[in-house]
Amino acid sequence: MNIPYRPLTLGLVALAFCGIVLERAQAGGDDYFPPVIDPVVKEECGSCHIAFAPSMLPARSWKRMMGDLKNHFGDDASVDPETAARISAYLVSNAADTGGKRYSSKLLRGLAPDAAPLRITELPKWVSKHRSVPAWEWKHKDVRTKANCVACHADAERGFYED
Amino acid sequence: MQQNLVALLVIAALTVPVSSFAGPRDDLLAQYATAARKETPAFSGFSAARGKTLHTQKFAGGKPDTPACTTCHSENTRGAGRTLTGKAIEAVAVSVTPQRYTDPAKVEKWFKRNCNEVLGRACTAQEKGDWLSYMISQ
Repeated sequence: MNIPYRPLTLGLVALAFCGIVLERAQAGGDDYFPPVIDPVVKEECGSCHIAFAPSMLPARSWKRMMGDLKNHFGDDASVDPETAARISAYLVSNAADTGGKRYSSKLLRGLAPDAAPLRITELPKWVSKHRSVPAWEWKHKDVRTKANCVACHADAERGFYED
Repeated sequence: MQQNLVALLVIAALTVPVSSFAGPRDDLLAQYATAARKETPAFSGFSAARGKTLHTQKFAGGKPDTPACTTCHSENTRGAGRTLTGKAIEAVAVSVTPQRYTDPAKVEKWFKRNCNEVLGRACTAQEKGDWLSYMISQ
């Protein structure tokens, strides 16, 4: 039997290529981090700052953060135990090294495996990505802090962080 | 006759949700009034004017970066505020944000957090009622 190897191989390669492109397109590329959809998490974690995407920090970071809400970046952000448990479960299961993995492979690059940063802005990849932003822009009255993603990333609340 | 009665009952049932619609804020004010009477037997009602003073006044007891309500909530009650991180806050005036203060648990949660940060202590029922009256009047 004469199997047409050449066209078959070419066909398979083309198919694999389409698959990769499609997957990236669906994921929204490197700059997509699915926004919080749980209403409780959105309310409790999205009043003072935007509800940061759980896929932007590893599970160990979220656990550490939820373990000390009384001292949450200088604020007492404590919630009742049931709410805390619900928030923790959501953050941990969608974290950068668990359920949110496919969005975050690059963001965690350079982070020591045992490091549990509390700020997304401490991730080596975040730092290198924002290196070109001048100091005066951070101090702009509409920016105020590095936690104000939407000031520059207009679509951040929907999960898109491209320039 | 029976048909009329049914129709009457249907109408009555329909009006119930409407008549209780203005409820949550009034219920909350009533609760604060009861609590205020316990705090000070001489309690004589809430005042939007006192609420305004509370809202704009500067306090020294809280955190230095949030000396007043207006640090984050705009001086203009009908305008948007901004948290210290830069996130926008919906206007505090009921006329602009009509869904505000309709969830008692949420109101209590924010009085607890914000009074602590701005005044460095819990607010009294009198203060809560005054402040709420001011926002309802706005």
